Parts: sequence; C-alpha cells; structure tokens
Amino acid sequence: MAVEHEAPETVTGYIVHHLTNLRVGEGFWTLNLDTLFWSITLAVIISWFFYKAACNASEDTPRGWQSFVEMLLEFVNDQVTSTFHGSSRLIAPLALTIFCWVFAMNFMDLIPVDLIPAIAGGIGIKYMKVVPSTDMNATFAMSITVFILILFYNIKIKGVHFFTEICTVPFGKALFPVNIIFRLIEEFAKPVSLALRLFGNLYAGELIFILLALFTLDHTITSLVSSVGPVVMFVSQVLLALAWAIFHILIITLQAFIFMMLTIVYLSMAHESH
Amino acid sequence: MEGIIDQVANIQGMTAIAVSILIGMGAMGTAIGFGILGGKFLEGAARQPDLAPMLQVKMFIVAGLLDAVSMIGVGIALFFTFANPFAEAVKTLAAG
Repeated sequence: MAVEHEAPETVTGYIVHHLTNLRVGEGFWTLNLDTLFWSITLAVIISWFFYKAACNASEDTPRGWQSFVEMLLEFVNDQVTSTFHGSSRLIAPLALTIFCWVFAMNFMDLIPVDLIPAIAGGIGIKYMKVVPSTDMNATFAMSITVFILILFYNIKIKGVHFFTEICTVPFGKALFPVNIIFRLIEEFAKPVSLALRLFGNLYAGELIFILLALFTLDHTITSLVSSVGPVVMFVSQVLLALAWAIFHILIITLQAFIFMMLTIVYLSMAHESH
Repeated sequence: MEGIIDQVANIQGMTAIAVSILIGMGAMGTAIGFGILGGKFLEGAARQPDLAPMLQVKMFIVAGLLDAVSMIGVGIALFFTFANPFAEAVKTLAAG
C-alpha cells in the first residue's frame, strides 16, 4: 500500500513504529490513548450486541444471534457451576464479561497489521496499536481488578480467619514469618501471572505478524509484477501469514478462556478455605 | 568515540545470546511439559472414553498454565531485542 514516506523505512524503524503506543503525558502518568480507545470501543460494541440480543429475546423461536448468545451463556454457566461450589451473583457475569472482552481485544490481532495504522496515519495520528491486550497496562488493569476482588471476597467470606490463615498455613503457627512470605508470594503471583500470560502470548503473536509484514516492506504493486523476487516474497508472506493467523485463532480463544477459567478458580478459592 | 561503539556492540552481542537462552529454555520446558500432558490425557481418554471431553477441557486449562512462564520469557526477550535498556543506559552515559 503506497503510503507517504518521509524517508525510506528501515526494518527496525518499521518494527519499532508498530510496537509504539500513542502516548500522552510522561513517566508514570503516560496514557496510552490507543489502548484506551480500542478497549472502550470494543467493550461498547460487545455490550451493544448483548443488549440487542436481550431486547429482542423471544422464548419460543430463538433466532441466529440470540441462540449464539444463549450458547455462550450456557458455556460460561457450565464452567462456573462445575468449578465454583458456592453461591455468588457476581462470578458468572464477571466470567462472561472477561471472556467476551478479552476475546474481542485479542481478535483485533487478526486484522492486517498496517490497515488501521495506515488509515490513522492518513488522519494524522502517528502511532496506533490496535490490540489492547498487547499493552501491559490493559492486562494488568484487568488482573489487578481480579486481585482486588479476590482480596474482597477473602475478607468478606472468611473475615479475620483470612489473616490468621496467612500466618498459620502451610507450616504451622511457629513458622509464621515463612508462612507469611509463602502466602504473599502465592497471592501476588496470581495477578502477575494472569496479566503477563495474556500479554506475552498476544505480544509474541503481534510481533510475528509484524515480522511477516516485513517481507514486502518496500514493494509496491508495480514492483510486484516486474520481477520474480518480490512475487516470491509476496506469496510466501501470504502463506506464512495464513498459517500463523489460523494458529492464532486458537491462541486468542484459548487465552480468553484461560483468563476466564483462572478468574473463576481464584474467586472460588477465595470462597473456600485453603 | 570508538569506545562507545565497542561497548554498545558488546552489550548487543550479549543481549542476543541472552534472548536466545530465554526463548530456547522456555520452549524446551514447554515442549516437554506439553508432551507429558498430552500423553497423560491420551492415556486417561483411552481408559475412560466417555470422560474425554471433560478431560480435554482440563487439558487446555493446564496447557494455558504451562504456556504462561515461557510466554513471559518471550515477552521479556522481545523487549530486550527491541528496546534494550542496557544499551540505552550506556548511550545516555556516553552522551551526558
């Protein structure tokens, strides 16, 4: 796609350009505007779809979109009831929200790498990363929220027993500093691993798409038909990108499912004792 | 001036080796883990075929957990490849 070039693009420049967020502010208070915009937009879109399904819900004749939503709800409900043996009105809707939102954010990775940044560049926005889950801020935001919920439910269900449990499990009352260290590590490993698992998988996927896009970096349509080299690069780019995109469909669904499952498991562990 | 180029090149060479160790060992651990996991799943499914769907779901959950730390390693490795903080530190020290 012929875009405006200030200078001939180098390979590293292209990669770094595609890995840079649209930032505002400095230091701790940088806001990644593209992450914020795309995550909120996707949340609004999903909410609108579910709202339409709920509004036009007909009990006797469920049609296309409504039966898909019902399938999704039944799937999440099965996962929650098989894992969580308590009663809570929060966990199943939370699990559904997490699954759909993380899946939608991951799905943006399947859109061609240059498409939306090129359109944004035409408007004048210099950097645009469209996959919010490749931004550590987004994944850590979700996992810290889940962590706060875990703490909340721990304290609400177990009360003071939660704090005594930190000191006495797993080694017994005498070794309570060791117990505290172990429990703290275990509790903090949950949000960190949740966030970094999603981030790592999606970042690696996006990076491979960018590296595949490099195959035809400086070529235009005319150069494609002029010699054999660019044609070979283009065909191999299409084939490899196809293979990776098909594999990536599995990855995005799996990562959304695992985020949801681990949220359910952690919250159900917060409802029971150790 | 050449001293700085030598230093940065040294750091970049070390970073390349570090990145390959990070990704390689993560991949090795994950591959062995997935192999054992898949083997156990096949054994269990062969023993009780009607439990196979449930076991498959649980297998994917454990697969996600297995993938996690190696993906964290890949993320850190790619970060070092493209935005190497050690090289940046040397460059700012040289400029300042």
